[in-house]
Amino acid sequence: MSDDTDTDIAAETLALPLDAWHRARGARMVEFAGYWMPIQYTGEGGGIIPEHLWTREHAGLFDVSHMGQLHISGEGVEAALEAVLPIDLGTLKHGNPRYSLLLDDNGGVLDDLMITRWSEGFYLVVNGATKWDDIGHLREHLPDEISISHMDETALLALQGPDAFAALERVVSGDTPLASLTFMKGAAFKIGGVDAWISRSGYTGEDGFEISIPAESAEAIATLLCDQPEVKPIGLGARDSLRLEAGLPLYGHDMSPDTSPVEAGLVFGINKRRRTEGGYPGAERINREIAEGTARKWVGLALEGRLPAREGAEVYAGDNKVGTVTSGGFSPSLSRPIAMAYVASDHAAEGSALTVEVRGKRLAATVTKTPFVPHRYFRGS
Amino acid sequence: MPRYFTDEHEWIDVDGDTATVGITAYAQEQLGDIVFVELPPSGTEVAKGKDAAVVESVKAASDVYAPITGEVTEANGALEDDPALVNSSPEDAGWFFKLTIADKSELDGLMDAAAYKAFCDSL
Repeated sequence: MSDDTDTDIAAETLALPLDAWHRARGARMVEFAGYWMPIQYTGEGGGIIPEHLWTREHAGLFDVSHMGQLHISGEGVEAALEAVLPIDLGTLKHGNPRYSLLLDDNGGVLDDLMITRWSEGFYLVVNGATKWDDIGHLREHLPDEISISHMDETALLALQGPDAFAALERVVSGDTPLASLTFMKGAAFKIGGVDAWISRSGYTGEDGFEISIPAESAEAIATLLCDQPEVKPIGLGARDSLRLEAGLPLYGHDMSPDTSPVEAGLVFGINKRRRTEGGYPGAERINREIAEGTARKWVGLALEGRLPAREGAEVYAGDNKVGTVTSGGFSPSLSRPIAMAYVASDHAAEGSALTVEVRGKRLAATVTKTPFVPHRYFRGS
Repeated sequence: MPRYFTDEHEWIDVDGDTATVGITAYAQEQLGDIVFVELPPSGTEVAKGKDAAVVESVKAASDVYAPITGEVTEANGALEDDPALVNSSPEDAGWFFKLTIADKSELDGLMDAAAYKAFCDSL
């Protein structure tokens, strides 16, 4: 037996603030983005499928402290950031996170990120595997008077699921009630007496929160949250299956410098004013693609049978190769395989009948709308 | 009926000239929830140490190697409808396939239950 996900144990693999906490709870730790991370937990309620379903039905606590948290500030920060991101910061209100993209000069995706306006400067959350390159890229492209602070003494937790609000509301206090946060809004609170920056956002398709806290308080806060009856710790394995069902792209798999945000269906990340004004990296190509369309599109595939198609599987229309799977697996909520793939635009319409090749077999697949499992974001009552 | 184990976490029950193959409790625990098992059809010639089956868990596909050389005589059809049998009963109802034994000397290097337990404890 061999496991394709076995990873080499690099000497420099680092421990995150909750490392011991995860191990004490029976986590199986793997190397990910240079850190030891819990892929799943063992024992009662552990395992990717139970953890996935628990999050869909109750609330799951994810440790995403490997992600890069940056604070960018200084004279002229707004114009400086608009030169590197396709964002319209004039429409971004204090406290609210917004999705944006770090692009190269050809419009290829270097990373995707969340950016929030703080009273002074902006707070960014970038992917763990790309954070060092991102910091280098930003330092190179932002003027010297703009400071980039890597908040490496800060942990990041995500509490996701239909019961996330009830569990979190019990343990937070703040100037505004937690209920005042609707999807994609954020504010400062206290949890267990500790300062926390909380936004109503996440990567599972469920209602939920992302919680930035001092690393030294991470164990106490993770314990406090998991003491709530609705909450269990959830590993990276279920994080991946949840985001796949939600149709959310994963950087390095579903997008890369070789893909444009338009192909990836991320046009919402190119804010309206920038589509006409340009002035961001790759604007010429991206604005042309928005107007004229792209040769391929990122689409959802529903597969017949039970055999999953994984990243790299080739997609065919008859005998012609028309695409490649970028993320695929078994959907715990739907009990069937699902995948995301780039396919030629003339085969990307919903309902297109295709096949996917897995170990020499052609599996029937149909282009299907995403998300595979409906989003349940809280947009206000 | 003697049971042998491999360092790739397969078990093999020997009954005269035929054998039954599956993966161990340790192996299924490492793989996690199994969602699909691809088995070699009857008549397939498998070779010791070469790919014989594929197990798909939620997170990945993993190869299962033939512990000995032989010809597959039966695949466990129950796994088609219920691949999770590999998790719930890895060393019994969740068996993978039966095969004829081409060369009994290939059994010589395999572990018995006590040796396999010691091997797992050392991992």
